[in-house]
Amino acid sequence: MSAALELQPIARRRLSLPLLGLLSGILVLACLLLALLGPVLAPHPPGQIVSPTVFAAPSRVFPLGTDYLGRDMLSRLLVGARYTVGTALPAALLASLLGTGLGMLAAVRGGLTDAVISRAMDTLISFPSLIFSLVIVAALGSSLAVLVGTAAVIYMPGCYRIIRAVAVDIETKDFVRAARARGERTSDIMRHEILPNIVTPVVTDFGLRFMFIVLLVSNLSFLGLGLQPPLSDWGGLVRENLSGLSVGAPAVILPAVAIAVLTVSVTLLVDNLPGRKAAMRER
Amino acid sequence: MNADPPPHVAVSGLTVTGNDGTPIVADLSFAIARGEVLALIGESGSGKTTAALALMGYARPGCRIASGGVRVGETEMLGLGRRALAEFRGQRVSYVAQSAAAAFNPAQRILAQVIEPALVHGTMTRRAAEEKARGLFRVLALPDPEGIGDRFPHQVSGGQLQRLMAAMALINGPALVILDEPSTALDVTTQIEVLRAFKHAVREQGTTALYVSHDLPVVAQLADRVVVLRGGRMQEEAGIARLLAAPEHPYTRSLLAAAAPAPQSPPAVAADAPPLLQVTDLTAGYGGVTAAGVPRVPVLHDLSFAIAKGSALGVIGESGCGKSTLALVVAGLLPLARGEIRLDGALLPARVQDRTPAQLRAVQIVFQMADVALNPASSVAASLSRPLRFYHDLRGAAARRRVAELLDMVRLSPGLAARFPDELSGGQKQRVNLARALAAEPALLLCDEVTSALDTVVGAAVLDLLAELRRELGIAIMFISHDLSTVRAICEQVMILYAGRRVELGGRAALRRRPMHPYTDLLLSSVPELRPGWLEGISFTHLAEAAGGLMPADAQLPCPFFRRCAVHIPGTCDVLLPPHRVLGKGSEILCQRTEAELLDMQQTASAPA
Repeated sequence: MSAALELQPIARRRLSLPLLGLLSGILVLACLLLALLGPVLAPHPPGQIVSPTVFAAPSRVFPLGTDYLGRDMLSRLLVGARYTVGTALPAALLASLLGTGLGMLAAVRGGLTDAVISRAMDTLISFPSLIFSLVIVAALGSSLAVLVGTAAVIYMPGCYRIIRAVAVDIETKDFVRAARARGERTSDIMRHEILPNIVTPVVTDFGLRFMFIVLLVSNLSFLGLGLQPPLSDWGGLVRENLSGLSVGAPAVILPAVAIAVLTVSVTLLVDNLPGRKAAMRER
Repeated sequence: MNADPPPHVAVSGLTVTGNDGTPIVADLSFAIARGEVLALIGESGSGKTTAALALMGYARPGCRIASGGVRVGETEMLGLGRRALAEFRGQRVSYVAQSAAAAFNPAQRILAQVIEPALVHGTMTRRAAEEKARGLFRVLALPDPEGIGDRFPHQVSGGQLQRLMAAMALINGPALVILDEPSTALDVTTQIEVLRAFKHAVREQGTTALYVSHDLPVVAQLADRVVVLRGGRMQEEAGIARLLAAPEHPYTRSLLAAAAPAPQSPPAVAADAPPLLQVTDLTAGYGGVTAAGVPRVPVLHDLSFAIAKGSALGVIGESGCGKSTLALVVAGLLPLARGEIRLDGALLPARVQDRTPAQLRAVQIVFQMADVALNPASSVAASLSRPLRFYHDLRGAAARRRVAELLDMVRLSPGLAARFPDELSGGQKQRVNLARALAAEPALLLCDEVTSALDTVVGAAVLDLLAELRRELGIAIMFISHDLSTVRAICEQVMILYAGRRVELGGRAALRRRPMHPYTDLLLSSVPELRPGWLEGISFTHLAEAAGGLMPADAQLPCPFFRRCAVHIPGTCDVLLPPHRVLGKGSEILCQRTEAELLDMQQTASAPA
């Protein structure tokens, strides 16, 4: 009878590729393992100049070649994984967690709560991210915890805005009204009524935030605000080896590939997580 | 026999299938003569819209026209290529959709949109098209036919927009007009003018039309012949008079029965039963409260009523009268501005946050749109378990047992517990919705248009269920609806709202007897009856009243019905607040006219125009 009734499920039945999900899952897991075991696996000390040739091609001794100073690229990549994953992942998780929680809270509570949180977020988002980081790092010094915290605070408002927008849409639905009429608490409405319906945007947004944070952290490293040489994360490796681009050195391409593999597999993984319905059925 | 001219529109063996090959419309054949109106009726999912769209050579995404033929005039539609089809649509075959509001571009003036089909197909010059459009506005009885085209869609009423859409469809003088439930979304009083305008225009222009609807009484007013569809197959084809008088197919009979539900025998309610819900001088609205204690946008004004334990009160009125707001106020979702609500004698706090668990449990609300009233991410079991845990702290096996009981109570198979809302039909969803409210074991159920989004047959089954639940559980019901016949079927008491005021309150029997409030009279006479010719028989007085529509400005008048009312007293009704009058038949009205005056005027006014 009504168009809404008849147009239903087509959109929802997305192409699902469990294989792709599995593959990306394995890749993400591999990155996590590298982050954990990198220093153990590294064949050479990552900070030491071990070859007279800079931008050397891959060889037996240096499987991935050498960098602009003649350091072993494989070792630097393996150790760099720890910093990239170790900063971006917790920072993205933190940004997503805070943004989602506050976004839902603002949507469900509305009124003053919404106004206060939203304006606070607007204020945060109006700082240029690099200057903001500069101030924080200058004030608190550069450590892993500060980096993670800064990145999380910078990317939280974006997540908040997206989640608030989708949650406000869900909040107007009658099943939320029914829960209110039942007398449910705000936290229960958020958890049972809103969250299950916004899992997809939350997870997709997480993938995006993760990529942005990887880039931000490497930018900070470049400015000398992030990790200090000789330590370097993948973004930093790209930056420091940039001059090798003209000679096609693997030293500049490989870390870029590593970033791409990590971010793409995180995105693919979150897109192909087992359907939320299946997950709920098992419960 | 061979001398018969070939029919104007001929559909033969039309089959439309889904992508997986399941037929949506199967082997459908019918013909429409020139100038004839054929109705295609059936429930939702019967394939009537799919069939109607196939007449334009169109299949929705996910469907395809598998076989068969559609001939309009001299042209075989299904053999045409993309370009020829585009040329054909909007020119030779046109379409009027259910929701005109969604069909108009809100940012363009109406006239430009109405003449667009003519300009796109180059059938006439802009001037000629505008002239023709104004002519059609006149035929469709639109107010201010010269100027209405210069307005934007939001500046006209829903009923007017629907007629403007018909003008758009008729602008090229098409060989066939397809009307897809064009009056379903309208109030009964608005529907009258739309139906009359359609009928007049179709007759005047000699248009051939296919009228798609699920509403038999409406179809009875317009159609010459009827094709009954079910599951994509034709069940019966007959002239309208024959179909109504002697339906052959059992399915047609069930449709007819559902169109006029029989009154349910109410469960025995003790005459002196103490009121379960007592509402006194309730005023509520939106936009906060002014210093004077009145809402900035008042919706409900000084409502008083009571619902006895185990009884049912029907609340009727057209859209915008505040009936859904009333449910929200009683449920505590919208705090009242003035007045009080008592439950079992105890004052019920205005805000849901301030109510005790027992009070929350006692009042449950069932929403209109079953689609959005269930959490799409929760299974039926999860949706039902939530209130069980919340109110009764039931979990685990005990909760599962109770879920099965609840599903049984609403006549659903326990196997449905694992399903998700998108795996349920509309009727099933509404039953789950009901079960969720019942899970609280309430004393009062607020039902907001619970059957409006359902087909008549499915809706009738839900009404039966409600009546059974009342008998079994002794639940009191506040039944909100715009549909008089359903309200009369299940409620002993009926309250009629107009612009947020209680214009009449009385027993269901009193509602059928004159005298009544002038608005009640209009409402009653606006419900289409299951007989051809009802539309022509509406009295002139009622037509004039129906044309008014609910205007927000009128809410400021002492009597909001003043401008539409045929028996108003200028100088009194627009100055003084109308008094409460208790009529001899047992109902109470809000009107300046005395009982004798009303009786006298309503008897003379019922003569046909």
